[in-house]
Amino acid sequence: MILDGHVPAGPLEQKWDRHRNQLALVNPANKRKYHVIVVGTGLAGASAAATLAELGYQVSAFCFHDSPRRAHSIAAQGGINAAKNYQNDGDSVWRLFYDTIKGGDFRSREANVYRLAQVSVNIIDQCVAQGVPFAREYGGLLANRSFGGAQVSRTFYARGQTGQQLLLGAYSAMCRQIGLGQIKMYPRTEMLDLVVVEGHAKGIITRNLVTGEIQRHAADAVVLATGGYGNVFYLSTNAVNSNVTATYRAYKRGAFFANPCFTQIHPTCIPVTGEHQSKLTLMSESLRNDGRVWVPKKKGDSRPPEQIPEEERDYFLERMYPSYGNLAPRDIASRAAKRVCDEGRGVGPGGLGVYLDFSDAIRRLGIDVVRERYGNLFDMYREITDEDPYKVPMRIYPAVHYTMGGLWVDYNLMSNLPGLFVIGEANFSDHGANRLGASALMQGLADGYFILPYTIGDYFARSRRSRPDPDQPEFREAEERTLRGIERLLAINGKHPVDVFHRELGKLLWDNCGMSRSEASLRHALEEIPKIRERFWREARVTGGPEGINQALERAGRVADFLEFAELLCLDALERKESCGGHFREEFQTEDGEAKRDDENFCHVAAWEYRGENERPLRHVEPLRFEFVDLTTRSYK
Amino acid sequence: MRLTLRIWRQKDANSPGGFVTYVKDHVVPDMSFLEMLDALNREIVERGEEPVAFESDCREGICGSCSLVINGIPHGPGRGKASCQLYMRHFRDGDTITVEPFRAKPFPVLRDLIVDRSAFDRIMQAGGFISVNTGGAPEANTIPVPKQDQEMAMDAAACIGCGACVAACKNASAMLFVAAKVSHLGLLPQGQPERYRRVRNMVAQMDQEGFGGCTNTFECEAVCPKQISVRFIARLNRDYFRATLLEP
Amino acid sequence: MTWFRALFRSTVGLKWLMGTSGLVLSGFVVVHMFGNLQIYLGPDAINAYAESLRKMPLLLWAARIVLLAAFLLHVLSAVRITQLNRAARPTPYELWSPQVTTYAARTMFMGGVILAGFIVYHLAHFTFGLTHPDHFKLHDAKGRHDVYAMVVLGFRQPLVSLSYLLAMVPLLLHLQHGVSSFFQTFGLNHPRYNRIIRALGPIVSLIVFLGNCSIPLAVLAGLIPYPVVGK
Repeated sequence: MILDGHVPAGPLEQKWDRHRNQLALVNPANKRKYHVIVVGTGLAGASAAATLAELGYQVSAFCFHDSPRRAHSIAAQGGINAAKNYQNDGDSVWRLFYDTIKGGDFRSREANVYRLAQVSVNIIDQCVAQGVPFAREYGGLLANRSFGGAQVSRTFYARGQTGQQLLLGAYSAMCRQIGLGQIKMYPRTEMLDLVVVEGHAKGIITRNLVTGEIQRHAADAVVLATGGYGNVFYLSTNAVNSNVTATYRAYKRGAFFANPCFTQIHPTCIPVTGEHQSKLTLMSESLRNDGRVWVPKKKGDSRPPEQIPEEERDYFLERMYPSYGNLAPRDIASRAAKRVCDEGRGVGPGGLGVYLDFSDAIRRLGIDVVRERYGNLFDMYREITDEDPYKVPMRIYPAVHYTMGGLWVDYNLMSNLPGLFVIGEANFSDHGANRLGASALMQGLADGYFILPYTIGDYFARSRRSRPDPDQPEFREAEERTLRGIERLLAINGKHPVDVFHRELGKLLWDNCGMSRSEASLRHALEEIPKIRERFWREARVTGGPEGINQALERAGRVADFLEFAELLCLDALERKESCGGHFREEFQTEDGEAKRDDENFCHVAAWEYRGENERPLRHVEPLRFEFVDLTTRSYK
Repeated sequence: MRLTLRIWRQKDANSPGGFVTYVKDHVVPDMSFLEMLDALNREIVERGEEPVAFESDCREGICGSCSLVINGIPHGPGRGKASCQLYMRHFRDGDTITVEPFRAKPFPVLRDLIVDRSAFDRIMQAGGFISVNTGGAPEANTIPVPKQDQEMAMDAAACIGCGACVAACKNASAMLFVAAKVSHLGLLPQGQPERYRRVRNMVAQMDQEGFGGCTNTFECEAVCPKQISVRFIARLNRDYFRATLLEP
Repeated sequence: MTWFRALFRSTVGLKWLMGTSGLVLSGFVVVHMFGNLQIYLGPDAINAYAESLRKMPLLLWAARIVLLAAFLLHVLSAVRITQLNRAARPTPYELWSPQVTTYAARTMFMGGVILAGFIVYHLAHFTFGLTHPDHFKLHDAKGRHDVYAMVVLGFRQPLVSLSYLLAMVPLLLHLQHGVSSFFQTFGLNHPRYNRIIRALGPIVSLIVFLGNCSIPLAVLAGLIPYPVVGK
């Protein structure tokens, strides 16, 4: 099937405005009759829930954390992009659009990305009004910093805690609406199924994580803002509880999953220290503003870094990408690091690491400026590694960080299932095959504050459906299916905790579908995943019962979904016979090892349709049309 | 390393709890405290028992989920870090470590080491916001904010809402948490219109939740993972006085 | 009085009431101590001081009423806030290792209870003359109430002196935490002045402690003579 993204016609810069003028409206008195379910309370979910409630809709918001403020958006460090051009360095909506679409290796929709760049400026206004303490100059105006993949300074930041501050802003807006009774908040509640009535998404099934009670919730529309699936790799920079369950179960109910193979590997993470490790810690990309990345020129050089003279160091990013240098985009920088490590020039235990060196910056700026800019990151690094980055260079290595793929949505952020909206990292829409730094926060908030609140009204006004009764057979069936799933997990009579299988899956994926992939490695992974899954269902042990707090059960359900989803990820990677952005197929590379796109055959979105257990999913295609930019080869040289 | 762990186990909010002693071998200094607990839990599950329930998510000290009292100190020994940022290199072979949940009436234990901190959310709902609807905001650079005010607001806004301040205080007072929020918004020009209303409402909710009063012991500041200063409590006291006695 | 009710109902307001009354009381304690130290100047000085206070009954009674009100308010808010604080942690920790909480801060309530008891005794001794009526009836050569004699004769009894000396320990601790606490409660906290503010409690409390303790000790050591010879 050829999918239609419903991109409006007209000149690029007028598409969103024109579209907004044509969207059907719901009058204020009628808004309160509509009930919206928002799952997830990160930047996208919280901003959407708050804004929908402000408009007058009745909102039910769900999160599995104890409080909406704990969503993983909180961990974003670096910043948020906006085309304000406060620095007078030539930035514009067009440039932000172009950097983003080029950064994504031309695998996203022009119209979506342009709209994102347009509303970026409103986001900053909104956040400042909410009291987000963005960094400022002495004159009191907003400060900016540079970020990877751009040659202008357009990133707004609040120390190294930008995500936290933006989330607290959205959370506070949400708190206000909860206080006013416009939002009913369900913390410690996990969505376990989507309910589809006559082809429309009309509700969810949840488990109360404190009591274990399974509940049905009916609404006029369901918004998924449940984040990405990076934890399919087990070790990633995601929070340990981040999972694919909500989006994967929606996929199983008929929503298409788009471009699952587009996963982002972040170049600056603290390297793995041992088997015990539960997650990887990101060191903000902003560090690359002042830190210089290098490895020894000589293979297997085991001297401590300070004893390696300048001429024997290879500042490989500056060498390979002179115009962007250490600020090359994430996918490029990660692959370059992998390449030098594969050559045997990696540093630290196991040779899986490169130096990120601040000694030049400390000489140039003084230790106090460096401490002011990056102090909290340096402290974090020291605590984890027991090394002082003011004295010895940091060691970093790429790690899974973000997933560009997600549920397929059209220009209105609605999936192929009418009434199911997907926003933030959970959808696939704006970052193509690679996301630029400081763009995730921008997209989450753009979707939640400025796009979904418009487009959801259009759905209500046009579909004119009544809200179903949660006692309808569709709800009862979904509930029974959920209960059966829980029983099945509790009945596995093995011995090992589920983490064992999760870690095994993660390693398999990292080795075969990580920073580089090949047909052989992907076929190998596709063979192995079902075996791990089969062993999971035989040898795992899920202790406790269905009632009360049972973290073993929560994890088991998520791992079971990862074990299925991983197959989809590898299948998509196998079918996309080109290299682009974060998806690097060894068979498709230029002579100097850069990604080689195939615009002829793969300038499209791949959206997968679930067809049942043990059935191969169906690959649908949404062609990407580039009317306003040329498909160039990405070059950061 | 070999450690003896005395861990609080409690089936649910209504059951009595008690300490259970576990011996954990093969602890390496590079493990975080929570990774050590993960490893312990794996062993517990292999034995067919239920693992120790504890909360964590980001494991990099920003989400505020983790909430352990380790050897009598919320978030354990060492300044300025959450439980998830504590590494085993701070312990010695043969140590006995006592692990308890945060204890306060407004933070009831839900299971083992998990407590319910929704009281904090309710305090936020009472006034921890600036009432602006999406869309109506003026251009971001319209109001300059002095850098020192913004920096100080950021110092307060860094609060991760973990509740260690409550756990550490001999009175289980939530003043540092409330003061951080009141100060963050009260220091910015955008927060002025609701400044006094906010402090009144948030303090009222704090009291209603059953938190104790501040007696200036400053224990909260000592255990705060973000090292939020008690200076903000003084600020809250000032704002509260003004709100009660001078503002209509 | 709605503002009073509002203050009394909130934990922050209670601290204000506590702090304000505490400020009055500790101000009195300091002034009282300097008044007492006049005993070193001989009977004439201190008896004249006592007489001058008696000659201003309006001021004296106003001060007494203010002090009594402050005392009652201090006790009342202390009882209330302690109730609230104890209720806020029904299950104690098995192991609690405070990092910075001082012994003084931890014992404010119990110290306060001891001090209240001491104040009753102290008033009975020197203000109402109930414990040693014979010392209370003395007059000096000028016909004034002989405070000097009363103090010296009282403190010559080791048990009386000991009770005064012991009571100065909770007072030391109470002021140590209390005096620095006013500033925080009244919202005065600034990095530039915090060192002074935080030192003030220990300094004031130590001065009061040493000043007050010196009198019974000096009496016992025979440094303050009675009857005064060679006059």
